[in-house]
Amino acid sequence: MNKITRRQAMGTTAGALAALGIAGATAHAAATDSRAAATRSGTVDEVYQGRRIRITPASASGGHHGGHHGGGHSGLPTVRIDGRELHVMRNADGTWISVVNHYETFADPLSLARAAVRELQGAVLAPFSPMGGTA
Amino acid sequence: MTVRKNQASLTSEEKRAFTNAVLELKRTGVYDRFVTTHNGFIMSDTDSGDRVGHRSPSFLPWHRRFLLEFEAELQKADASVALPYWDWTADRTSRSSLWAADFLGGTGRARDGQVMDGPFAYSAGKFPVNVRVDGRAYLRRSLGASVAELPTKAEVDAVLAMPVYDMAPWNSASNGFRNHLEGWRGANLHNRVHVWVGGQMATGVSPNDPVFWMHHAFVDKLWAEWQARHPQSTYLPAAGTSNVVDLNDTMRPWNDVTPADMLDHRKFYTFDTEPAAAASQR
Repeated sequence: MNKITRRQAMGTTAGALAALGIAGATAHAAATDSRAAATRSGTVDEVYQGRRIRITPASASGGHHGGHHGGGHSGLPTVRIDGRELHVMRNADGTWISVVNHYETFADPLSLARAAVRELQGAVLAPFSPMGGTA
Repeated sequence: MTVRKNQASLTSEEKRAFTNAVLELKRTGVYDRFVTTHNGFIMSDTDSGDRVGHRSPSFLPWHRRFLLEFEAELQKADASVALPYWDWTADRTSRSSLWAADFLGGTGRARDGQVMDGPFAYSAGKFPVNVRVDGRAYLRRSLGASVAELPTKAEVDAVLAMPVYDMAPWNSASNGFRNHLEGWRGANLHNRVHVWVGGQMATGVSPNDPVFWMHHAFVDKLWAEWQARHPQSTYLPAAGTSNVVDLNDTMRPWNDVTPADMLDHRKFYTFDTEPAAAASQR
C-alpha cells in the first residue's frame, strides 16, 4: 500500500484538492460536514477520524471496476480507506451506498466514505470478493 | 407442513431448537455459504445492469427461495424447526423478548458494538463471523442507533394498499409495492430495519446476524398479505425485460426456479396467521 501511484506521481491529487479549496480538510472533519457536495465527482484526499480517505473519480481510475458488477459499470469512483478499496454503488436517483452501509443512501462518495469510517470503528476493510458460491 | 410463527409467540423450547439449529449450520460451514451468496448478489445487483436479488422485481421471490433453502437446511439439523418471523411493527424496541439472552441476544456494547450475550455472542465461542467486509470476527449490533424508529403499522398498511406490484424502470427508482416494501422509495420499510439493527445487518453480509432470517420472513409475509389484499394483481414484469427477471424467467443462482414458482407460499409453508383477503379493502 506504500507504492507511489501514477496519480500521486502526477500530482493531480494535490492539484485537485487545491482547486476544490479543501486542502485544509486533512484535520478531523466533522461528521456533519457538508462540503461533500463540492467534491461530488472530484478527487478527495483527507484524514477523517484518523483514517485516510482517498476518492478517485471514475475518469482517473483506469476503469478497473469493470469486473465488479458484470454490468459494465466503469463509471464508478474508487474509494479507499487507508489504502483498502471500499465497494461502492450508485443508485438510479444519484445517491450512493457502500458494502458497509448497504441499506442507507448517501448524497455523494465522500459522505459515504465518512460513514464507512464511522462504521468501521478502526477496523480494516477486507478485500472484497466478487460473486461468491451458491448456497 | 412447515408453519412459520411470530417469534414473539415461540416457547422456550422452540427458541432453543431454532438457535441450536442455526449454531449447527454455522459449525458445519453451511451457514456461511448463505452469507457468501447474499453478499455476492448484493454487490452485483445494480440499477442499470443485471439485478436479481435486490433493487428489482425479483427481490421478493428471490428472498422467498433463499429463505426456503435456509429453512430446509435448518430442518436437516432439527426437523421440528421453522423460520420464525419478526413483526417489527409490533416488537419495536430493544427490550423485546427477541433480543433476550435466551434467543438472539441484545444490542452491542458501546465501545465496539460487540454483542455480549445470547448464543451468538462471540464470547460464547460458537458463532464467529467468517464472511466479512472488515477485520471484525464478532457479531455486532447497535439497535436503534442509526435510525430511531422501526416502521409503524400505519406505514406498512400504506404500502400494502399499493395495487401495482412493480413498475418500470424495475429498480430502486420504481414506484409500486415492491420498491416501497424494499425501501428505496417512500417511508422505507425493509431497508430501514436493516439500518435500525446496525452492525453486520447494515452491511452486504447481513445474514451474519440470525435476525436477518426473521426480518425477511416478515417481509415475505407482507408479500403474502399484499397478495391477499390484491387478488387481481400479480408479479410484474411479465416478459421481455432486459436485465430483469420476468415472471417465467429463471433466477440465479439456482437457475431452476422462476418468480411464478414462488408466488404461492402455501405450497411450501403456512403462517400461524394466514393473510385473509380483506373484503373491506376493496
